[in-house]
Amino acid sequence: MSSSTMVNLTMDGTPVSVPKGTTIMEAAERLGVRIPRLCYHPDLSLAGSCRVCIVDVEDMGYFMAACASTVWEGMRVRTHTPEIRQARRDIIELLLDNHPRDCQTCERDGRCELQNLAYDFGVRERLFEGRRKRFPPDETSRSVVRHSEKCVLCGRCVRVCAEVQGVFNLDQQGRGFETVVAPANFAAMDESVCIQCGQCIAVCPVAAFIEPKHTEEVFGAIADPRKTVVVQTAPSIRSAIGEEFGMQPGTPNTGKMVTALRRIGFDVVFDTNLGADLTIVEESNELLLRLEKGERLPMFTSCSPGWISFLEKFYPELIPHASSCRSPMTMLSVLSKTYWAERRGIDPKDVYMVAVMPCVAKKFECRRPEHYLEEGVPYTDAVVTTRELAWMIKSTGIDFLGLPDGEFDDPLGIASGAGDIFGITGGVMEATLRTASERLTGHPAQRLDFTEVRQARGLKEADVEVDGRKLHVAVANGLQNAKTVLDMVSKGERHFDVIEVMACPGGCSGGGGQPYPRSGYYVLDQRLLAARGGALYDIDEKKKLRRSHENPAIKELYETYLGDIGGKKAHELLHTAYAPRLPRGIR
Amino acid sequence: MTKKKKSPTDNWKQVRKRAVAVLPKEVVKLIGDVQKSDTRPRSRLITVLHRLQAIEGHLGPEELQAVALLLGVPAAKVTGVATFYHFFRTVPRGRFMVSVCMGTACYVRGAEEVRGRVAEELGIADGQTTSDGLFSLQDTRCVGTCGLAPVVMVNDDVHGNVTPSQVPAILELYRARVATPDRAAPDRPSASA
Repeated sequence: MSSSTMVNLTMDGTPVSVPKGTTIMEAAERLGVRIPRLCYHPDLSLAGSCRVCIVDVEDMGYFMAACASTVWEGMRVRTHTPEIRQARRDIIELLLDNHPRDCQTCERDGRCELQNLAYDFGVRERLFEGRRKRFPPDETSRSVVRHSEKCVLCGRCVRVCAEVQGVFNLDQQGRGFETVVAPANFAAMDESVCIQCGQCIAVCPVAAFIEPKHTEEVFGAIADPRKTVVVQTAPSIRSAIGEEFGMQPGTPNTGKMVTALRRIGFDVVFDTNLGADLTIVEESNELLLRLEKGERLPMFTSCSPGWISFLEKFYPELIPHASSCRSPMTMLSVLSKTYWAERRGIDPKDVYMVAVMPCVAKKFECRRPEHYLEEGVPYTDAVVTTRELAWMIKSTGIDFLGLPDGEFDDPLGIASGAGDIFGITGGVMEATLRTASERLTGHPAQRLDFTEVRQARGLKEADVEVDGRKLHVAVANGLQNAKTVLDMVSKGERHFDVIEVMACPGGCSGGGGQPYPRSGYYVLDQRLLAARGGALYDIDEKKKLRRSHENPAIKELYETYLGDIGGKKAHELLHTAYAPRLPRGIR
Repeated sequence: MTKKKKSPTDNWKQVRKRAVAVLPKEVVKLIGDVQKSDTRPRSRLITVLHRLQAIEGHLGPEELQAVALLLGVPAAKVTGVATFYHFFRTVPRGRFMVSVCMGTACYVRGAEEVRGRVAEELGIADGQTTSDGLFSLQDTRCVGTCGLAPVVMVNDDVHGNVTPSQVPAILELYRARVATPDRAAPDRPSASA
């Protein structure tokens, strides 16, 4: 880089040269100095509202926000003078004084960014006793609890909801002391355009957004001798759960996870991946029929409940394009309460199905009326997030790191590698192509790896050639990216055959129920998502069984129970329908 | 949108129809004009809210939702703006707006006690409206008649040299006007008490 595009400055007396346009915060990071921050997020627009990152710039006469100020030639920055330390401490203390004093009983105790800042800046006493805002929590949503009393108004949730998800459900309402982050008209979350993805929970530095817990119900069911408690785990849990126990992101833990679940007391441990295999078999059949008839193309994948909510609220006219397949979670729950319960001679009402999901929207999905066996009997009784499962493990005193490997139970625990990669963006597409290509051509596909649909950073289009036949596909994660491709479809601008959409950035690996990132990583961090996803590709690659339709458990299911692929019984049990929902979202 | 076939699940027509029904025709037309112009709809949001409030007296939740849908600005943004600016009212205004001047002259002559009495008589706080929809209470800054301090305005009437004990009688004037409609326009009372 030429010298004219570089800027020289000194940071706490150390000279540093950075490209023009670099912020003070970024320049400090080059020197290994992490300036504290609260409202700042590297992937979201700048707010500059919390003032925690203030620094002293010589001759400026006032402290500057390091996140929002770019460097200039000859700038002299000091990041931790006594005055700066005092000012930051005061700012944090003022935030604390308008915040409940309930750290010990709070969800985020120990991993709250505000609490960490207070510790790091040495707030050891509270000097500014004053008025404090008080609001009851909004517990109307099945997926997201909004607790304004804990909110520090950093606005990260507002920005992630708008900029990453394109939903724009949240904004600051009111003014001054009375300001709250809420949906339009201070409406309850349940009556808003919220699509339940939970990215607000992921980016919230405190516990102002949190998932409603199902853990106590699950412990209750385990203790109930009449219940057979079955658990299933989504693909992306195994590559993320280790983070909660100090492991590096991307450490696969399938075996330890299964053992931990047995030790918690679950009677049967199934693998959602089998549901994923089944989804692929049904969904590729659906795709082939549509390709044959040339109707309702492109077909949209339907595994992500946040995405389905988005479709119903924001793009209702495109609903017919969505695959009618239920999600892998619900397919597995359905089979557990029908096929499996019948085989075992158990009354399905005595089967209690728990799903461990990286996702808070699944808590909404499991209570959609179309996913009930009968009145009062949902196919999935409870959904716990990766975070909740980690808590359950800790809460029962299980030493996760020392656990031996366990294996999933038969018959709904056998899964192909195609099921594993459902946990990452592009995975459903790749799994579909593996199976569809064989059925399109009538002979086993030569290819297993469709790398052209991998590593979608947001949105990826590809032409995939399947034995001479060209399919135009798109993979989108993060709903703002989905909007781009949906607008093309809606306006008829471009032809696609299949579009995979995952509501969350990175797919399920970046879901709203995944562990809060450990230090050195952040929510939406590409390195974190790549590590979690990479572990799933590794698991897939090491498996002998990599095509869904070759899974012997799936074959047996169709032969002895479901009948034909896409047949009457399969349709009744494995498919569903969607309808427009209000309030209508504004796109 | 240029779709060849109409989708059976497209609800835009119904949603739009309902939104149009909620708003005054003039506001619908204004939004239509904004849509046709080159400006970004969001930049005209305040203009639209201004017009709506001028006609309706306040900005109700359904009206705000309708503005959001027709203007294509997220509803959370629309209500965020409506609740941020002091000028915009999201609750209906009472028939009689009681404005107590809190300017310096009125203040030193006891406006605070006067306001306290009004609030007590009406059972509402600053910025609120009585449940019967008759009175709203608001603080106001100098109305330019410092010689009459402390001053209370009720709609366009000026009441000067008000003491707390006179407050019930002043309010009664307006209650009576509703009970026995005046020959004159009811909301335009005559001289001050």
